[in-house]
Amino acid sequence: MTASLTLSNLACVRGGRVLFKRLNAALGPGDALLLTGPNGVGKSSLLRLIAGLLPAYAGTVTHKGRLALSDENPALDPRLPLAKALGYWAGLDGTGPAAVAAALEALDLTRLTDVPVRLLSTGQRRRANLARVLASGADVWLLDEPGNGLDTASLVLLEHAIAAHRAQGGIAVIASHQPLGLTNAQALTLEAAE
Amino acid sequence: MKAFLAILGRDLRLSLGSGGIGLPVVFFLLVATLYPFAVGPDGALLAKTGGGVLWVAALLAALLPVDRLIAPDAEAGVLDQYAVRGVGEEMIAAAKITAHWIGFGPPLMLAAIPASAMLRLDGETLAAVELGLLAGTPGLAALGVMVASLTAGLRRGGALAGLLMLPLAIPLIIFGAGSIGDFGGGALRFLAASSLFLVAVAPFAAGAGIRALRE
Repeated sequence: MTASLTLSNLACVRGGRVLFKRLNAALGPGDALLLTGPNGVGKSSLLRLIAGLLPAYAGTVTHKGRLALSDENPALDPRLPLAKALGYWAGLDGTGPAAVAAALEALDLTRLTDVPVRLLSTGQRRRANLARVLASGADVWLLDEPGNGLDTASLVLLEHAIAAHRAQGGIAVIASHQPLGLTNAQALTLEAAE
Repeated sequence: MKAFLAILGRDLRLSLGSGGIGLPVVFFLLVATLYPFAVGPDGALLAKTGGGVLWVAALLAALLPVDRLIAPDAEAGVLDQYAVRGVGEEMIAAAKITAHWIGFGPPLMLAAIPASAMLRLDGETLAAVELGLLAGTPGLAALGVMVASLTAGLRRGGALAGLLMLPLAIPLIIFGAGSIGDFGGGALRFLAASSLFLVAVAPFAAGAGIRALRE
C-alpha cells in the first residue's frame, strides 16, 4: 500500500475562535510537510485533527496507511522499563520487540532499555516518545515539536530517522520551531486568522 | 480482540502495581471490623444487619479506585494513542470495566468470608452475600468506569464521582441487601438484572465520555 495524506479545504474552530481555514495539502510517499507559525495558531490542533482526535469544522482529511502521533504526552507507563513501555504500543501496532529494539537503536536509547520511564530526563523522554512512533511501523508520522528538549546530537538522530522513514515511502507531518534538516519538504505557514 | 486483551492486561498490571487490589479489600475488612465496635457485640443484632453493612462496604470499596480508572490515562495521552490506532472507545471502556471488576470483585468475595465471621453471619447468609456479590459487583464495576469517564476531565473529579455514583448504585444496594433474607430469589434476580443492565449500557456511556474528553 502506498501512503498518502490529503487535506482539502480544512478549517478548525476551537472555543468559538477560527484557528485556520481553507487549508490544502497533498502528500504522497516520501513527502514531508513542515508546519510553522507563531504560538497558538493551530499547529498542534492541525496535527490532532489529522490524527482524528479533533473534528474538522469544515473540509476533509483523507489518509492511506496507518498513523502515528507524537505530541507532548509521553503515554508511556512511568514505572515500566523503557523497552517494556514501548513494547506495549508496539504490541498493539503488531510490530513487536524487534521494532522496539531498532527504534531504541536509531535514537541512541539502547543503554536505557531497562531504565524505568520515570527516571528518564526530559530529552530522553522526548526521544522515547519518538521511539514509540518509530517502533509503530506507521506510514504517516505526525510529530508535534519533535525537537523540543533535544540536544544537537539527538536532533541529528531525529533528522536521520525522518529521512529513513521518508526513504521507505513514509510521510511525515512536522510542526516545529526549530529548523530541521528536511530535504524537499513542503512548507505550510499558519497565520493568525483575522 | 487483541486490543481488548492488551488494555485489560495493562490495566490489571497497573492496578496490581499501585496497590489497587489490596486497598478495596483492606477497606472492606476495616468496615467489617469497625461495625461491631460501633453497635456493640450483640451477636443477634450483628447477624441481622451484617449483610447490609457488607453491601454498603462493597459499594464504597468499589468507589475507591474510581479516580485512577480513566483520568491518569487521559492526562498521559494514552487514550489519544488508542484513538490514533483506531481502538474504539467502547472497546476501551469494556476492557477497563473487566479489569476494574477483576481488581475488586473476586478479592471482595474472598474478603467477605473473614468479614462474615466478624459480623456473626451464618453460612446461609454468607452464601447469599457471596452470590449477591457475584451478581452485583460487575454492575458496580460498570458504574465505576462510567462515572470515572464522565468526571475525568473535571477538577476535583474524585469527589464528584462519589456524588454521582452513589445514587446510581441504589438499585444494586436495595436488591443486593434484599437478596440476603429473601430465599425465593426474586431480589437476586432483580440484582442480576440491574447489574446486567449497567454492564450493557456502561461501555457506550463511558465510550461517549472518553470521546468527550478529547475536546
